[in-house]
Amino acid sequence: MKIILSHLTKTFPGRGRGNKKKEDVTAVNDFTFEIPDGKLVGLLGPSGCGKSTTLNLICGLQKPTEGQIFFDEEDVTPLTPQKRGVGMVFQNYALYPHLNVEQNIRFPLENLKGEDKLSKEQMRARVEEAAGLVQIGDLLDRKPAELSGGQQQRVAIARALVKLPRVLLLDEPLSNLDARLRLQTREEIRRIQKKTAITTIFVTHDQDEAMSISDLIVVMKDGLVQQIGKPQEVYDNPANLFVAKFLGTPPINVFDGRVENGSLFIGEEVVLKLKNVSDQPVHVGVRPEGFVLSENGSFTCRLSRPEVMGRDVSIVSTHTASQNPVVRSIVDAECCEHLSGDTVRFMLKPQKVFLFNQTTGERIPFEIER
Amino acid sequence: MKKNRLLTIITYAFLVFWALIVLFPFYWMVLTSVKDYGAYNAEYIPRFFTLFPTLQNYADAFTTVPLGRYLLNTLWFTVGTTALMLVVITLAAFAFARLQFAGRDIVFTLFLALMMIPNELVVITNFTTITNLELRNTFTGLILPSVTSVFYIYLLRENFAQIPDELYYAAKVDGTSDLRYLRKVMIPICRPTLVTITILKIIECWNSYVWPRLITDDADYYLVSNGIQEIRENGFGRANIPAMMAAVVVISLPLVILFLLFRKQIMSGVARGGTKG
Ligand SMILES: Nc1ncnc2c1ncn2[C@@H]1O[C@H](COP(=O)(O)OP(=O)(O)OP(=O)(O)O)[C@@H](O)[C@H]1O
Ligand SMILES: [Mg+2]
Repeated sequence: MKIILSHLTKTFPGRGRGNKKKEDVTAVNDFTFEIPDGKLVGLLGPSGCGKSTTLNLICGLQKPTEGQIFFDEEDVTPLTPQKRGVGMVFQNYALYPHLNVEQNIRFPLENLKGEDKLSKEQMRARVEEAAGLVQIGDLLDRKPAELSGGQQQRVAIARALVKLPRVLLLDEPLSNLDARLRLQTREEIRRIQKKTAITTIFVTHDQDEAMSISDLIVVMKDGLVQQIGKPQEVYDNPANLFVAKFLGTPPINVFDGRVENGSLFIGEEVVLKLKNVSDQPVHVGVRPEGFVLSENGSFTCRLSRPEVMGRDVSIVSTHTASQNPVVRSIVDAECCEHLSGDTVRFMLKPQKVFLFNQTTGERIPFEIER
Repeated sequence: MKKNRLLTIITYAFLVFWALIVLFPFYWMVLTSVKDYGAYNAEYIPRFFTLFPTLQNYADAFTTVPLGRYLLNTLWFTVGTTALMLVVITLAAFAFARLQFAGRDIVFTLFLALMMIPNELVVITNFTTITNLELRNTFTGLILPSVTSVFYIYLLRENFAQIPDELYYAAKVDGTSDLRYLRKVMIPICRPTLVTITILKIIECWNSYVWPRLITDDADYYLVSNGIQEIRENGFGRANIPAMMAAVVVISLPLVILFLLFRKQIMSGVARGGTKG
């Protein structure tokens, strides 16, 4: 089912007394977006940017200040959470500690009334189906406290899936897991989502997580949507400096630079020749994989050390115009055998270089002069 | 090693000694209850044992006053008060812990302030109220003043408040009503506290003396505590102490059994609710 958010806004009243009254907090600001049916959307952004608030608006736990939410053609904005048919997995799973796994999963089914009411057998069948989907069929008799983090999370997903929700919402479901389990479970989520084809929104502040499993990602900052698109597209084509910085590990290298007469300067060196860009100071973003080691490269850095990370080598260097403390570049292992001296020279791959307006941070498009 | 052993012996010796001191009144109670009335009165120096135990006193306790009736009254009173109180405090604690309404915190603070008023003061106003309502010598009048307890509301609210909010939100998303959430999630999670409260309340009811004594002068509504007093007054010019002790044994028995069954619960409850002295 498709979800349409239309000018969704949520403002929390400011707290404080007398004339010290604080300003209102706008947690979600004019969010308009259509989530296609059956897709997995990653909602991504730093802490406090309004991700959880967005989910709470969609599931109905909070009422929007403005705007509407549609599930397909139905306006669900005035509906209570009970009526929306949403499955939700909370950050800390929110399993009922006194119930065993089976009772936990069955809990939402017992709330069904009227014509939706299920018989005992139907409930058992549904519970077993959901448990099978997340592969916890043999844990049904355990209490949540007797499960590992990953198993608890699967129980939470099963509980969200058992009522066949129209929409599945996951609020940072992996944040409590260790690195390996996190990798494993996110694949699991992807698999389950593919299999059930339930429209899913997945909140995370880990860009790796969002990039790896989402069909679409939404990058948010301070309640405002920064960019929406396929993960690779957003990575290759960030709309602004914030998005560029937020996506990618290791993070993008940002330099102070300027455009003069069609030449892009970093420091005193001309690193690229551009067309169609007016003269102005700019921020230059270069992805770590955008550096190519080259004896007669146009970009010179002070070499700190190479770091070997398996197949690739990461060259750590410094540059006076760099905004990050170090410049990180990733190059093939073979290239760096002849690394010597205390400087290192690179050529830049133009498609890995982005220019941003120094005041607004907006992307400045450019073409390469050959 | 040896020193440790000595320490253990001293500790145990002390504990045995202390246990004897604590248990002695019980022993004395049981002992007196099986002494013959005549023999008891003939003892100038009380004896620490008797060679001719008798159950006559127990028969006397039940025949000189309607002790069976009093026991039944007390049972009603205890069950009624405890059950009603559980409902009242659970709902109140739920409201204070979970619901959002204007003035909630002020009302709760006022409730807490009530705990500072000594019980003895409240008894007087309660007496006036119940008398004015013409509820003297009724079960309603007996029960009504103790169907709520600020302290237990407070205790339970703190317990409820510890349940993470996410459980409530999860339940909401899954279509659970407030009352169902209370019944299916909050109460089961806080069951230990509720059991403790129940037991403490039962003991409190069973032992209550001042209020029933004030509010009833019709023997049909006497509780056991008043019944004992009556036995005492019935001894022909001289108190029938052995019969009274027999009654006391009978009355204490249910509580002793309760204690033995729920020993662990009571101990932890006393440790947790220990602030109330
Ligand atoms: N009930 C509330 N009252 C006032 N402000 C709130 C409330 N809930 C959230 N906020 C504010 O709204 C903003 C967004 O909060 P939200 O919980 O959506 O962030 P988030 O993106 O989920 O962050 P995180 O990754 O840390 O979970 C924050 O600035 C927060 O302080
Ligand atoms: Mg959050």
